[in-house]
Amino acid sequence: MSYVEVAPLVTPRARRRRLLLRRFVRRPFAVLGLVVALAFVVSAILAPVVAPANPDATDFNALLAHPSSEHLLGTDELGRDILSRIIWGARASIQAGVLATLLAMVIAVPIGLVAGYYRGWLDPVISRFTDVLLAFPFLIVAVGLAAILGPSLLNATIALGVGAAPGLIRIARGEALALREEDYVRAAVANGAGGPTILARHILPNMMNTLIVQATVTIPAAIIGEATLSFLGLGVQPPTPSWGVMLSAAQPYISDAPRLALYPGLAVVCCTLSFNLLGDGLRDVLDPRTQR
Amino acid sequence: MPEPLLRVDDLSVRFESDEGAVHAVDGLSFALEPGQVLGLVGESGCGKSVSSMALLRLLPPTAVISGSARFQGVDLLQMPVRRLRQIRGREIAFVFQEPMTSLNPSFTVGRQIGEVLSRHLSLSRGEARERTVDLLRLVRIPAPERRIREYPHQLSGGMRQRVMIAMAVACGPKILIADEPTTALDVTIQAGILSLMRDLRERLGTAIVLITHNLGVVADIADRVIVMYAGRKAEEADVRELFRHPQHPYTIGLLGAVPRPVESGDSRQRLQEIPGRVPSMAELPGHCAFAPRCPRADELTRSEIPPLREIRPDHLVACFHPGSDGRA
Repeated sequence: MSYVEVAPLVTPRARRRRLLLRRFVRRPFAVLGLVVALAFVVSAILAPVVAPANPDATDFNALLAHPSSEHLLGTDELGRDILSRIIWGARASIQAGVLATLLAMVIAVPIGLVAGYYRGWLDPVISRFTDVLLAFPFLIVAVGLAAILGPSLLNATIALGVGAAPGLIRIARGEALALREEDYVRAAVANGAGGPTILARHILPNMMNTLIVQATVTIPAAIIGEATLSFLGLGVQPPTPSWGVMLSAAQPYISDAPRLALYPGLAVVCCTLSFNLLGDGLRDVLDPRTQR
Repeated sequence: MPEPLLRVDDLSVRFESDEGAVHAVDGLSFALEPGQVLGLVGESGCGKSVSSMALLRLLPPTAVISGSARFQGVDLLQMPVRRLRQIRGREIAFVFQEPMTSLNPSFTVGRQIGEVLSRHLSLSRGEARERTVDLLRLVRIPAPERRIREYPHQLSGGMRQRVMIAMAVACGPKILIADEPTTALDVTIQAGILSLMRDLRERLGTAIVLITHNLGVVADIADRVIVMYAGRKAEEADVRELFRHPQHPYTIGLLGAVPRPVESGDSRQRLQEIPGRVPSMAELPGHCAFAPRCPRADELTRSEIPPLREIRPDHLVACFHPGSDGRA
């Protein structure tokens, strides 16, 4: 036998990555989503550097001031710079969004894997339990948990993470259920692999795409959740800046100075929309079933 | 007489479903000697795959298995799963039909073979890598040093089947069970895989159970053949004996359905099909299962199950009217 050997210019992994990247770049909305989401994340991390003013500094000579060169988005009822508060508020939102999603994954993925792979009596028990939890809207569960845990950003994050877990359990279970029937899983069993090895090496890695896409959907949901909890006084406590807190504080001034509510509201919309666009793009790129 | 490498006795597999039990295998017995190639032949659904999967208890929990399968004196069907896992892939290895989907798409070929090596032989990373390269060379994959860094989607079907075989023989198993290893492949690649398996048997002394519906493959590589029909053994003999003196009308029918080159002149022979279909396993009859399709069927075949009899030396047939004359 003779083969013509083509010298590899790049490693296979790099080639695959480049292919995915090219597919991603062809989707303008996905790229827009990535850019905006990154902008939010970066400005949240670099808030002390990026923010033009101290978000807590009051200026009683400029209460409810209109936008100006000094305060680009104006000031609130205590004369604090709105732009700076939005930038600092992104910290709470991103932190809650990302950590809550991570928490939800850490809770949900192992449970879903076990339920979907081992089946047996565990599966119906876990499935019925998640069904019951899913009967309550996500925000109701989160509000209830946050109320029990007490108001703080950490507790709000925990509440959101736990609240998002049932949906993820169901997704992880469904994936495990489908992947356990794959030929390579059967082959691994025939080669003497035990349950934990199969889950860790054959099922989890092959559901990463789904989980990544799911994360980009869960993050914006958690961001809105954080804003809602903070708005209701169950999350970030004033005077610490947060989009929800700002919206809440803007209520009395809604007719006199609607921008107090408009700008943080816009921040929530842009941030969640960007993550959603990013998620849609990633789903298109990573999931071959949606290839056009 | 010493104990053979594997002795299967009265193996039966039944699937319990809501619509009642489905009998996939009924009272199958055979022995496998070290280095022997045993061909398991039959149409789709005759129970050949199920019986091989039952040996390592790879069937879903709805399968009810009875009988015994003694491997080196220990019953595989009775041992704890923990012990069985050490045999799977190490002592008895499988090669499946679907090379395209039997490799994990997320990992390189090298890592997947390495996984088996480290599980059973606890080799270090370097040793495992070295052994993986050797294995790929053994299954005649060119440029193995490079191939181990490739992902399954970068390999052709034949290459993947070679990788599957490399993975199966990685730990030097005593038995290799190959379930239609060449069915999904091109004919030219089939020949390569078969010659590879023959080579492995010579070099490693591995006994092979070859499951196939292709009599050409059996003639090519097997020492002994079992013809299965509807979950039961129809005929068993050494390969030469079976091809020269087939006794069971089903075997004769199968041989008649194999294309043959034109023998003399231009009188091209029409391929003989076997009329009828394989019976549904849910309603396994209390008589010879082949009777409805059999040219020799009579009252006896339609009322009793034919026992296995030794018609010729070392040649077992389950038929009331055996004989190779007057090929159907």
